[in-house]
Amino acid sequence: MSEEFKVEIVNPEKSFLVKDDVSEVVVPAFEGEMGILKDHISIISFLKPGIIKILSKSGDENYYVEDGIVEFKNNNLSILTSTIFNLADMDKSKQQDLLKQAEEEANKTDINDQSKYLADQKVEVLKTLN
Amino acid sequence: MASLDDLKKRIASVKSTQKITKAMKMVAAAKLRRAQESAEKGRPYSEKMNNVILNLSNGISNKENAPKLLSGTGQEKTHLCVVMTSDRGLCGGFNSNIIKKAKSYFAKILDEGKELKIITVGSKGNDQLKRVYGDKIIENISFKESKNANYFDADKVGKMVIEKFEAGEFDFCTIFYNQFKNVITQIPQAQQIIPLNNEGEESSSEESYEFEPDEDEILSNLLPKNISTQIFKAMLENSASEQGSRMSAMDNATRNAGEMVDKLTIEYNRSRQAAITKELIEIISGAESL
Repeated sequence: MSEEFKVEIVNPEKSFLVKDDVSEVVVPAFEGEMGILKDHISIISFLKPGIIKILSKSGDENYYVEDGIVEFKNNNLSILTSTIFNLADMDKSKQQDLLKQAEEEANKTDINDQSKYLADQKVEVLKTLN
Repeated sequence: MASLDDLKKRIASVKSTQKITKAMKMVAAAKLRRAQESAEKGRPYSEKMNNVILNLSNGISNKENAPKLLSGTGQEKTHLCVVMTSDRGLCGGFNSNIIKKAKSYFAKILDEGKELKIITVGSKGNDQLKRVYGDKIIENISFKESKNANYFDADKVGKMVIEKFEAGEFDFCTIFYNQFKNVITQIPQAQQIIPLNNEGEESSSEESYEFEPDEDEILSNLLPKNISTQIFKAMLENSASEQGSRMSAMDNATRNAGEMVDKLTIEYNRSRQAAITKELIEIISGAESL
């Protein structure tokens, strides 16, 4: 029996990615990274800024996300996100731009703890990319 | 009767108008295809989002503690209406259809003695509403600079709505937009987004989910996003409708201009002939009298 399942990433503008030969997906869930394999229990969770790793036969892919929701059901993984970038297409200047934006946001004083935490996360993840 | 010269000028002017409307029709047709495409591509996101929320709200055991965005504030005093229209004119009944729908809703609310607040998105709606409901409009947003509907803009509107909701400025929120059915039919819609109206929809699965973190926390994170998503969906539908409406309006205008040119040309030829006949009669009768 194959150990593969289907993953679909959707952003508001379009269906970003559909793959059905995926063996494992690692998502940056809000309470820590979460690896999803076939026949995982149905789950709904949401994401913090981080890297989505998709491992599949046709090659591994990495994506940077800032927020989103994951739903896993019947071996269908749906990821809804408003900001997603393929790391392979992301050059240094784009990373720097995002980093700068995130740092500005993190340095604001008038934001609440949660947005502060998210902004710090963004900075951290983007720094490790460089 | 108009002189030959006048007729000639009128024919020329109608022809140049026809050229403009024809060009606008072409442009609208090209834009329509793109807008329609993005409206279709945007559907999976809002559908999935809806599905997740549906599953979540079914999973919530304690309805009383549910987030206010889902269950409402428990009051029914103030209604916020977000009226979404276009920034440009010459699109047939597109804007007035939304306004008509919105106005009848406003009248109902005011009749019931409730308070009304309006946010207009798009300058055309603001122009039409400010005469009657000027004092009710609390915010006017326009995205003239943005070429296409994008999520960033929708998010801005969504965040504003949520901010006002959390400040306790209203209890209900309804958005007005045109749903795109096909090029000739757009249906004005009133959709309630706060509190979320999920009644009548059955969850697709009986399965229970594992939640991480717990339901309440996910819901309170998800619901604000859902508002932006719904507004974005409305914006996409609206932009497709606008182009569709403009295309059929311009098509009609082009056809009418064509008819007018035909009529004027006939009139022109007739009076030209009449003038020639008149001259001939004058010549002949002049020759006879010699």
